Amino acid sequence: MANTQAMCTSFKVELLTGTHAFGTAPTRATTAADTFKAALYLATATMNASTTAYTATNEVSGTNYTAGGVSVGAFNAPTSTSTTAFTQPTSSITFGTSGSPVTLGTAFDAVLIYNSTQSNKAVSVHTFSSQTITAGIFTLTLPTNDSTNALLRIA
Amino acid sequence: MALVTTTKGQMDESLLEKREGGIDDENELTTWVEYWHEGELVHRSAHVILKKFPSLSGEAASF
Repeated sequence: MANTQAMCTSFKVELLTGTHAFGTAPTRATTAADTFKAALYLATATMNASTTAYTATNEVSGTNYTAGGVSVGAFNAPTSTSTTAFTQPTSSITFGTSGSPVTLGTAFDAVLIYNSTQSNKAVSVHTFSSQTITAGIFTLTLPTNDSTNALLRIA
Repeated sequence: MALVTTTKGQMDESLLEKREGGIDDENELTTWVEYWHEGELVHRSAHVILKKFPSLSGEAASF
């Protein structure tokens, strides 16, 4: 037997469930998962690793788009494979429907995932090719929820 | 008869010019569809499939 220096995989998963608090943590009214939302940003915006929270500045606007974006729905229960913890929303993120299509006339190329339960704190920024939408639907489909591809992974 | 939601309301697809395109790179697989009517863009939808995203790295340092 030998000891091996490591960040415990169980700890990585527990980071995703808010189990540990090394600093002052927000008071939680429930043990339920937080609500996360997705907002779209113009190609001229500067959303990046320094983004700390949702902002309406440089967010897209247009027909049938509500400031703040849309709820991303439930996340898969955080889990791990090998030594990587991971999770991501269970379903695609959609802006607009056939009965209520969106028109986003100014080019956008980023989505901010943020925690609307915890003061709109930022989670991640994802970029893609610049898009506009005209009386249509914008769909973001997530990668495979595994230790190699999931949107949120702690390796 | 397939109907398409456009800036002019529901229109028969046969009246429209359909244009499609896409991008497939290391970051995304994206497709879009446009419908044009008499030189005017009346519908554009896009579908972005995000690919692998950089992971956070957790390491335990030596004392």
